[in-house]
Amino acid sequence: MSSNYTNSPCAACKFLRRRCTSDCVFAPYFPPEEPTKFANVHRIFGASNVSKILHEVAPHQREDAVNSLAYEAEARLKDPVYGCVGAISVLQRQVLRLQRELEDTNADLMRYASCLGGETTSAYGGRRG
Amino acid sequence: MASSSTNSPCAACKFLRRKCQPECVFAPYFPPDQPQKFANVHKVFGASNVTKLLNELHPSQREDAVNSLAYEADMRLRDPVYGCVGVISLLQHQLRQLQIDLSCAKSELSKYQSLGILAATHQSLGINLLAGAADGSATATVRDHHYHHHQFFPREQMFGGLDVPAGNNYDGGILAIGQITQFQQPRAAAGDDGRRTVDPS
Repeated sequence: MSSNYTNSPCAACKFLRRRCTSDCVFAPYFPPEEPTKFANVHRIFGASNVSKILHEVAPHQREDAVNSLAYEAEARLKDPVYGCVGAISVLQRQVLRLQRELEDTNADLMRYASCLGGETTSAYGGRRG
Repeated sequence: MASSSTNSPCAACKFLRRKCQPECVFAPYFPPDQPQKFANVHKVFGASNVTKLLNELHPSQREDAVNSLAYEADMRLRDPVYGCVGVISLLQHQLRQLQIDLSCAKSELSKYQSLGILAATHQSLGINLLAGAADGSATATVRDHHYHHHQFFPREQMFGGLDVPAGNNYDGGILAIGQITQFQQPRAAAGDDGRRTVDPS
């Protein structure tokens, strides 16, 4: 069987010490010059799980899927207890804090507006995310 | 050989169809009444990877690690392309929007506060900005203030276009995501399409 078109095994096949065929599912997303990416993903998810995920998503979504898996794997290696869930927790706290601050500021705005002219002022924060 | 202390195999050993030993590393964190938790984690991470991860951690950290893995696995199964990263992206977007809104609100507030100082100064000098004056000069001054204000903030934005945020405009992302403040009760994210809540406990 032929190797992939670059004549160099992808990072996954190099890691797994196998021949990189032209239909290798990993080859488009794990170039040989990024060995750590596959090593991390393999360590956290395992090659077969990654392969299953890639086969479940549409081809045009696979790059994003691989990149998000790589992100999660790296986060988990840096923080083995919480992984990227730690980042979610931090972001949620920040969002709640800013929401409270925005509510307080809007309340102040309402008070000033009613004092100055008796007209109500719509507050900020109505745009959806 | 003895099974787990509850005499019932843990969810992991049930799933793996093996005898649940007293020293089973999964048993404390995958109770038999939560089969889906282990099934999800196994599907995304694999049992051996989870074992390695847990063995690298202090026992006091393992419960949180399992719960975060369960959360990630659940997210990945709901969104095979982005998993948890989709949640992060959404939160970052919400954070940016909040920062913009807060900046605008504070800017407007500072204008009102300046007006307040100006009014206080005028009052002390015997100039009443707010009452109508016979010659209209005070009224004109108030009109000027309002016009200046409207130039920066168009009428539709000031007088009825926007809602006061009370968490309502962000509930699609935040409330559905749930609180993971100290990662004791992780819940599913972006649940505006009827997704169930993940409760790892």
